Amino acid sequence: MSEQHSEHAEHVVPMSTYVGVFLALLVGTALTTWVAYIDLGAFNTVVALVIAFIKMTLVILFFMHVKYNKGLTRIVIVAAFFWLGIMMTFMLADELSRNWTPTVSSWDTLLPFLF
Amino acid sequence: MNDMAAHGAVHDAHPPGFAHQFEDVQQQRDAGRLGMWVFLATEILFFGGMFTSYTIYRSLHLSAFITGSHLLVVKFGAINTAVLICSSLTMALAIRSAQTGKSKNTIIFWLILTMILGATFVGLKLRFEWYRDYIEQIVPGINFVPHASWGADAGQVEMFMCFYFFMTGLHALHMVIGLGILSVLVWMTAKGRFSPEYNAPLEISGLYWHFVDIVWIFLFPLLYLIGGRYPGS
Repeated sequence: MSEQHSEHAEHVVPMSTYVGVFLALLVGTALTTWVAYIDLGAFNTVVALVIAFIKMTLVILFFMHVKYNKGLTRIVIVAAFFWLGIMMTFMLADELSRNWTPTVSSWDTLLPFLF
Repeated sequence: MNDMAAHGAVHDAHPPGFAHQFEDVQQQRDAGRLGMWVFLATEILFFGGMFTSYTIYRSLHLSAFITGSHLLVVKFGAINTAVLICSSLTMALAIRSAQTGKSKNTIIFWLILTMILGATFVGLKLRFEWYRDYIEQIVPGINFVPHASWGADAGQVEMFMCFYFFMTGLHALHMVIGLGILSVLVWMTAKGRFSPEYNAPLEISGLYWHFVDIVWIFLFPLLYLIGGRYPGS
């Protein structure tokens, strides 16, 4: 039984890692706020999202211990974001492409004959 | 009765909190973690639905969303982001204290500090943001008066404010639920339930708390900083 105990001791994240991640998150917050006051055109949003993704990855890997977890947890996380991607991609594909296909004028003349 | 007696004899040596349907402590830990992540996956899609509709409306009415975003005060959004990040650190340290076998009081100290930071977040949000928004008459459905300068965008600015209140409101609701979970953890810690061998409730609640932090990490830039804060944006 004592064997099992040592074998199954939980991985303890070093204090320095927690403090490092914490400081990185604060720097990221300051950076994202500061960048918003600089005119980068369309890239303002891109930069803000890139910083947010980096911050999220830090939280998931270290604060949420996923770096030290089994692969199964990672599959669930990747699957969740994959499904989120499907939702966003398909809804945007529909919404943004609605005006791309113009109504072919000849179809209008055909409609009365078809229906 | 015989079973119970036999059971006691065989299992006396088991670590506290160990449920018998599991092979060992490690498997129990992994199963609990996995269950929490499956729940968080549903949460990702729950908030994801709002982020998706936000993205669509933003792409359709960008100028109105920029106008709406400029109605919010960046200072409070940024301060609250820092407050939440601090609370994530203190939560992580509460779990670490349990893992390294620190005293009950140490764990409770970090948990209470996490709760204070969480309550600070909600308090700042209520007092300096939502209350101010009400005074400024930009709360859709309750007190909303369009500015003359918005012109034809007025309806879409109102839509932005709807997104703002629904997204921050549901986030704040998650914070309040988190505060409830943390109070239970304080009580469990005081009862001496946690040890280096058994601290799953702490760790799993930590996952929830960090998840709520992540949602805010995205809400802050998307709501407060959208389209930039530089002159002429």
